[in-house]
Amino acid sequence: MIPILETRGLRKLYPIPHPGGRLRGLVGRRAFSQLFAVDGVDLTILPGEAVGLVGESGCGKSTLARLISRLISPDAGEILLDGAAIQGISPARFAASPLRRRIQMVFQDPTESLNPRFNVFDAIADPARQLLPGIDRHDLARRVERAAAQVGLPPELFRRYPHQLSGGQKARVGIARAMVVEPALLVLDEPTSALDVSVQALVLKLLMALRREAGVAQLFVSHDLNVVRLLCDRIIVMYLGKVVEAGPARQVFQAPRHPYTRALIQAIPRLPGALPPAAGEASERLAGEPRSPIDPDPLACRLHGRCPRETDFCTTHPPELREVAPGQLVRCHFPLDGASP
Amino acid sequence: MKAGMNGQPLLSVTDLTVEFRTRSGRVHALDRVSFDVAPGEILGIVGESGSGKSVTAFSLLGLLGTAARVTAGTAMFGGRDLLRLAPREMNEIRGRDLSIVFQNPRTALNPIRAVGTQIADVLARHDPGSAGEIRAKVLAALRQVRIADPERRSRAFPFELSGGMCQRIGIAMALACSPKLLIADEPTTGLDVTTQAVIMDLFRDQVRDRGGRGGVSAILITHDLALASAYCDRIVVMHAGHVVETAPVAALFDRPRHPYTAKLLRSVPSSVDSIDLLQPIDGALPDLRRDDLPPCRFSERCERHQAICDTEALDQSPAAGHRVLCRLPL
Amino acid sequence: MHDRLAMVRHVLLDNPPNLIASLVLLALLIAAFLGPWVVPYDPIATNTRVALQAPSAQHWFGTDQLGRDVFSRTVVAARLDLVIAFAAVLLSLALGSAIGAAIGYFRGALDATVSRVVDVLMAFPLFVLAMAMVAALGNSVTNVVYATAVINLPFYIRLARAEVSMRSTLGYIEAARVGGSSHVRILCVFLLPNILPSLVVQASLNLGWAVLNAAGLSFIGLGVRAPTPEWGIMVAEGAQFIVSGRWWMALFPGLALMLAVFCFNLLGDGLRDIVDPRNRT
Repeated sequence: MIPILETRGLRKLYPIPHPGGRLRGLVGRRAFSQLFAVDGVDLTILPGEAVGLVGESGCGKSTLARLISRLISPDAGEILLDGAAIQGISPARFAASPLRRRIQMVFQDPTESLNPRFNVFDAIADPARQLLPGIDRHDLARRVERAAAQVGLPPELFRRYPHQLSGGQKARVGIARAMVVEPALLVLDEPTSALDVSVQALVLKLLMALRREAGVAQLFVSHDLNVVRLLCDRIIVMYLGKVVEAGPARQVFQAPRHPYTRALIQAIPRLPGALPPAAGEASERLAGEPRSPIDPDPLACRLHGRCPRETDFCTTHPPELREVAPGQLVRCHFPLDGASP
Repeated sequence: MKAGMNGQPLLSVTDLTVEFRTRSGRVHALDRVSFDVAPGEILGIVGESGSGKSVTAFSLLGLLGTAARVTAGTAMFGGRDLLRLAPREMNEIRGRDLSIVFQNPRTALNPIRAVGTQIADVLARHDPGSAGEIRAKVLAALRQVRIADPERRSRAFPFELSGGMCQRIGIAMALACSPKLLIADEPTTGLDVTTQAVIMDLFRDQVRDRGGRGGVSAILITHDLALASAYCDRIVVMHAGHVVETAPVAALFDRPRHPYTAKLLRSVPSSVDSIDLLQPIDGALPDLRRDDLPPCRFSERCERHQAICDTEALDQSPAAGHRVLCRLPL
Repeated sequence: MHDRLAMVRHVLLDNPPNLIASLVLLALLIAAFLGPWVVPYDPIATNTRVALQAPSAQHWFGTDQLGRDVFSRTVVAARLDLVIAFAAVLLSLALGSAIGAAIGYFRGALDATVSRVVDVLMAFPLFVLAMAMVAALGNSVTNVVYATAVINLPFYIRLARAEVSMRSTLGYIEAARVGGSSHVRILCVFLLPNILPSLVVQASLNLGWAVLNAAGLSFIGLGVRAPTPEWGIMVAEGAQFIVSGRWWMALFPGLALMLAVFCFNLLGDGLRDIVDPRNRT
């Protein structure tokens, strides 16, 4: 099966100017530092698959999502859509090409992600109008109705404007809008974090139903491991721009191999009696704060300084991603043995 | 529930009723909210947005705006009714006996003053001493919240610190004068989950540590059920301005007795093992501006609803054990 | 729509200053539209026999040195002053919002260059700049309009740029990109309509200033020429006669000017109340 989407060695850097930047450049000193937002990421999404991309703030998952959606361009590496390279196509040209409809995106804050001037119908119809040239009025209306029905939006709401909708309704409009062009891949950037608890459940079930019925592949970018645990087949854990662990969701949850993944899982507050079994009072917390993503030491593991298992070897030999269990990859010199966290 | 020094609760809120006057009508934000906080315990107030949990906390601290009216109820703390104190008396208590950790750590701090100075301000206000004494207390407070290199950090400004660090400062400020009751309003909003774990561990340790001497208690306000269950002793569940259930943590999650609590438990991802077991809650919060709100504000969304639920309201006075506001509890 | 109308009604009626301002503006607009047909005397016709007469039953505002009825001239002048003001502001608004939106969205070298030009423009005392422009281009009403438009441009450019910058990272802009919209379409369909309300508020506040600007230029002899009735000119001509006790020729046009500016400002505030989303419940 050809993956819907594949990335190889994807890299995105942001220059951070030093104070007095250009003048420093004139006297031969470095004018800019580099922020390694995404640093060499390989990722594969198969048709119909749900992949979860997790990590905390600053890990680069949002940047990666935008690279994959072709909103921004990478500095190095490849992005393959249905096997064909698309990283060389500028975002503007991509937007004008028929490839645009293959990858669509659902955004975090439903309030901010809807144009206040568009009513529900126009909001959903807009991508169809732009990406399906020559579509006539009736086809358009049918498509919009179908997309709305898929997400459970009644047609009575079509004339309403965003400020007249509830949070849950707005979230659904955002999803319908992404689905109206029948994409092969849906990139979801924290789709439920801005929603109320009671609405979250609704949207999560809706997304699962969409995958089952429409067969659309989904890339979930989330900091909420519980959401990813429920919805995804595979999970990719990122830390400071690098993938530190990847594998089948259930497996990674029950037997994380990377110290960061384990710390992440242990940090999630657990209801009494909920799976996986709570680690109890002796949970290991990571010390300190994440290192700076600016000009990182290329020889050291990114987790060094916080890792309970680190040694000096970790500062001089950057770890590579290795397969430690069937389908499970870890970037660590001393991966965990795979027992429950 | 832990018994206090003399069995008396530290804080006893009875029938707290709050209204807001807005352009579009009167919002019946809280209706006869009642709960107790025992010395040395951490009480969790859990509810969705719009449930009234923050309003409850702010009314105790006298921080509600001018549009708010406390129309009924008492909040007995140290023999005085917090809701009826004169502003000057409230100022004395706030920061000293009763303090709060706010939601967004970065905006809760003054951006143009060094964090050490801000802690010193609180101390100077309630616990005056010489400059040297205050300085020493500031450094001690920073060490208490496990901030390394306190001398240097005390001179930092909020924008130089991470979210987690700012929240530690917030906790340090709240604990500076050794309060009897600490209220934390969604203290981990905006923080990463690993930072949240560290901050909440710190919070709990601080409360427990000081529990030995003189009984420090805390109220943790959150929408995150799992967080509340991991860090609280007892939980108060709120819905649309009502306290619907009060119980020790284990009892609440083991056997919830209010239909809303049960539904809430089934609707959060952390509580289920598979997506198909996730059950959203039907309906929406009632509009609290209505004058015809039913006695049970959950009844319109509840499938167990019967005629008896519409009879006059249940009694809500605080009591020990497992309290539930329902005519037909589970 | 309903809540919008309700808001408008609330702002206008519950707020006495707004109500008064609206009524005054209405009067001014009527004067501007119907002026020449409803005034008792021909504003340009001279009649030296009745020159320099104090306000009376026949001449409500008195007459000027050439016997022209000051009332008629004041009312008719409304048309010219308001037209200049509206034209200049509209021109400024249209051009300024387009430029500002473009630089706010695209940023980069374009933004840097244009912003510096704007800074230079704003460094000048704007009235002096207007004077220089009219003097250079020639004394005519169109040039007054252009000059007033140009000196107002920086405010709209800056405002549009700020409003667009604020919105360019919002979800619906990214959604539009993912939905296949070109940059130009995003600017025209997604950004401009959303920033228009705050720009219109700025424009209404600007109107008062534009009226004053036009009158000011005429006062010093640039732009509008005699015998065209215009408030600025009338104040200038009437000023010479104040020392000799003939107060009415400068006062009434001055009052009209003041009223116009005042009510534009009040309405601008009222408009801001309607438009500012923070004021919505």
